[in-house]
Amino acid sequence: MIPKSLESELQARVAHAITPREAAVDVMKALQVHYGWLTDEAVAEAAELLGLATLQVEELATFYEMIYRRPVGKKVIHVCDSIACWTLAGETLLQQLAERLGINVGETTADGCFTLLPCCCLGNCTEAPTMMVGDNIYNRLTLQTALVYIEGERRLIEGGLR
Amino acid sequence: MGPLLFRHNRPGRVVTFGEYQEGGGFAALTKALQEYSPGQVQQTVIDSGLRGRGGAGFPTGRKWSFVPRDLPGPRWLICNCDEMEPGTCKDRILLEANPYSLVEGMVLACYAIGVRHAFIFIRRGYEQAAANLQRALAEAREAGLLGSNINGSDFSCDIEVHLSAGRYICGEETALMNALEGKRANPRAKPPFPAVKGLWGGPTVVNNVESLANIPDIILNGADWFKSLARIPAAAGTKLFSISGHVQQPACVELPLGVPLGELIDTACGGMRSGSSFKSCLPGGASTPYLTREHWDLPLDFDTVAAAGSRLGTGGLVVFDQDTCMVRATLNLVRFYARESCGWCTPCREGLPYVVNMLQKIEAGEGSMEHIAILQDHVKYLNYAFCALAPGAMGPVEGLLRHFEGELLEHVIGQKCPYKRA
Repeated sequence: MIPKSLESELQARVAHAITPREAAVDVMKALQVHYGWLTDEAVAEAAELLGLATLQVEELATFYEMIYRRPVGKKVIHVCDSIACWTLAGETLLQQLAERLGINVGETTADGCFTLLPCCCLGNCTEAPTMMVGDNIYNRLTLQTALVYIEGERRLIEGGLR
Repeated sequence: MGPLLFRHNRPGRVVTFGEYQEGGGFAALTKALQEYSPGQVQQTVIDSGLRGRGGAGFPTGRKWSFVPRDLPGPRWLICNCDEMEPGTCKDRILLEANPYSLVEGMVLACYAIGVRHAFIFIRRGYEQAAANLQRALAEAREAGLLGSNINGSDFSCDIEVHLSAGRYICGEETALMNALEGKRANPRAKPPFPAVKGLWGGPTVVNNVESLANIPDIILNGADWFKSLARIPAAAGTKLFSISGHVQQPACVELPLGVPLGELIDTACGGMRSGSSFKSCLPGGASTPYLTREHWDLPLDFDTVAAAGSRLGTGGLVVFDQDTCMVRATLNLVRFYARESCGWCTPCREGLPYVVNMLQKIEAGEGSMEHIAILQDHVKYLNYAFCALAPGAMGPVEGLLRHFEGELLEHVIGQKCPYKRA
């Protein structure tokens, strides 16, 4: 169940749209922030808000890289593995991070803080290698600096901050 | 000559609305609404020779001219800021420094095409750029430069920001329209072309951020002035180049079109990084075939790079040094496309993983001459895909076969990758 305030906020967003489903990505993102990931319940609620069948929401939800249709950690670590980062060892960074976090790529750490995923070019090529943790982008990474940033993010999470 | 798009930039922060105006911002819009008809604005952009900066290089003014003038019902302008082409970060850097040129350029484009409602489609990860734009739009509305009766004229239009959720194919203009409508972002069949039947069935123009941001200065200073900015007569204007990879100082710079490749690397990036020498580069994003040492003096413009067998694309250069295995680089690129394929058509959905598999075998030292022949066939076959994604994916494969056949053979005959790995 979403709080009444979020529901009316999203109803207003849908009413403002040219056609209701135009607001689909905004609605899915807001529900994802609320639940942590796009749960089955969230899909049903999005469908209700948008006037779509749950299947129609499902086909959108599964399409986008950053809509999570399975449980994820409090923050998702997206490590860019596209060509600019690759030239500066971005390819090995992902695997090394997996080892240091004690998980496989695609899994969530035991404390529930982080899910590790590769991602499409983050558009930060002149600052490669790069990763995005939640909404925060980190530049010119080495394994050591990446681990320091992740530790900082862990403290943010523990402090209830984004 | 000094920069054009970057001339408003302030070090380390975004330019303010006031600073942009003091620097001549919104003068083009004021002038156009007072002195020019929509047709005249369009003609100036056609005459300027401005070509689309998003990758395809299609003349921007001509794209506008395809919109039927007399069709009833709404028409749309979409700014494509789904910048996900690997190696490309120019639009983000522009918008994080100055969102106002884009806003002004979009209002001018709306005026020229007769659009009342425009969208800026922004990728996930560009939240800062989106926030800058939201503020710029609010300030422009407040100042009467956006919304109803702009600058006291009888022209009205508004601009809205759509934040996407990450998927490379959304940058393909017909897929982008589906995404904006809240549908799964598979590409649409062309024809009908967007200029006739696009967003919600209405005539639609999709332009890149950089293309639109160039419009104010073209209107203010004229078509001939814009043409004269380029380094070679056949080109027009400046270009944002983002250069990454094995250079000393990766950078995003604005330089005249026609600047030679080697000069770009040496002056804008301080040359190659220590211990590296230039082997090859992608000139304009992941889908553009490699340039090599023989192209060091090649002037970078749409036609010149095309004549050299590649494409200027987005101007996002990724530079590789002598220790880079080109098979491995190509594998990274095709793997990217295989993952980003939307799965709509068979050649792309099935063909790209197949090509990845071939390249993996060759790189692992398990390749044969037959595998090279299969790669050659697939460069042709994947042209039968539904949209440009799969042919684009084969750009680097085609470049690999053309420029680095020897390296491929070394992998196959030696049954191992000849490059040491870090």
